[in-house]
Amino acid sequence: MSNESSRPEPDRRWLIAVAWVWVGAPFAYGVYELVQKATQLFNG
Amino acid sequence: MRPYRSGLMSSPPVAPPGWSRWLVPPAALSVHLSIGQAYAWSVFKPPLESALNLSGTQSALPFQLAIVMLGLSAAFGGTLVERNGPRWAMTVALVCFSTGFLISALGAETKQFWLIVLGYGFVGGIGLGIGYISPVSTLIKWFPDRPGMATGIAIMGFGGGALIASPWSAQMLSSFGSDNDGIALAFLVHGLSYAVFMTLGVLLIRVPRTEKPVVDAPSAFEGVQVSANSAIRTPQFWCLWVVLCMNVTAGIGILEKAAPMITDFFADSSTPVTVSAAAGFVALLSAANMAGRIGWSSTSDLIGRKNIYRVYLGVGALMYLLIALFGDSSKPLFILCALVILSFYGGGFATVPAYLKDLFGTYQVGAIHGRLLTAWSLAGVLGPLIVNWIADHQKGAGKHGSDLYTLSFGIMIGLLVVGFIANELVRPVHTRYHIPAPREAVDVEREQPA
Repeated sequence: MSNESSRPEPDRRWLIAVAWVWVGAPFAYGVYELVQKATQLFNG
Repeated sequence: MRPYRSGLMSSPPVAPPGWSRWLVPPAALSVHLSIGQAYAWSVFKPPLESALNLSGTQSALPFQLAIVMLGLSAAFGGTLVERNGPRWAMTVALVCFSTGFLISALGAETKQFWLIVLGYGFVGGIGLGIGYISPVSTLIKWFPDRPGMATGIAIMGFGGGALIASPWSAQMLSSFGSDNDGIALAFLVHGLSYAVFMTLGVLLIRVPRTEKPVVDAPSAFEGVQVSANSAIRTPQFWCLWVVLCMNVTAGIGILEKAAPMITDFFADSSTPVTVSAAAGFVALLSAANMAGRIGWSSTSDLIGRKNIYRVYLGVGALMYLLIALFGDSSKPLFILCALVILSFYGGGFATVPAYLKDLFGTYQVGAIHGRLLTAWSLAGVLGPLIVNWIADHQKGAGKHGSDLYTLSFGIMIGLLVVGFIANELVRPVHTRYHIPAPREAVDVEREQPA
């Protein structure tokens, strides 16, 4: 029987980074487009 | 009682030791950022109208059916989501949402509009409802110390989905063409892209191990637990239903008519609002809506759910009053008040799962949330109806400018006061609605020597 608690926990920082970039990149694109449009309120 | 059904797709994906809870919000976001595309449907309306010879009312049908199906599937599918777990729910959302686009692609290619209604509206709409509630209870279990922030992140994603889809879909249509072949290809690319994007959620989602608290906070598995069937028999559920309905109605009232509203308000001023400036105003409102989802729901973790709804409803009513009284004399004041109202609109959506968790526990919070979303369906009809119907009648009576909206704003203030009172009536749920202690725990207690 394996002892789960004594086994070192895998480093998942890279997975966290990839996951946040996965959702963050398209979100940043959406926000950029939004800012471009919103500035029309002050320039238009 | 076992909370989840066993099986390949329906077995709950329990987190291995050391699994970071910060992997759960991106899993939820991958679903919500996708299904939020629904609010960008208007991009497809003009090309569909010219390619398939449709009226504006007809081209709105797929979106309208999708929103109806969102409410129905969230209300009736919530119990299934709780029983089968978040991975099952996200898989169903992925399959339905993407298949909806593929069926729509077939409909556009063959010029069969009913296929687009069936695909995007019916099949895709089921994906919207199941996807919307899929991560809620899992996020609350992972973040018992900050449930408002956690659900705020996911529900902010639903608002963000339209920000991504709107320019993306428009660029695709300009590249592929706006005839039926171009629309079909755009639908096809949407379906396949969203399937890939949502796969992250299906792969990453995990439910926490129950034997070990996620953080040093009161465990999400302890305290009050009420089933979905019992919850809808409590006055608290219906008070919250009224709160959400009133808050959403007030927000939609502005959101739905934002561009013509700001134009009408300052039509007679020395600096009238241009079409592009009105479009900028709409974009700014979207930003406020999204920021409110994460900002206000996170604040609710600090000041409490009841207090934050006092702010949404009380200050919201005050903002409407300021617009009605002084809005046409100051553009910055009008914009500021509208932004605050829209931030409360988003905050109301994002905070309600945590409010439900406080009242009914985490046991079936996703299912209860799904049933509460029927308030959204009513508000979605009520808000635009009030503002549009009154504005049309006032115009018919010879009024113009801000006078078109004064009565609507008075009604909105009244609705927000009703919501405020309903929020004040919310009390802890009576113990007769609580579910009994788990069977295993009772058995263990019985086996203890006297």
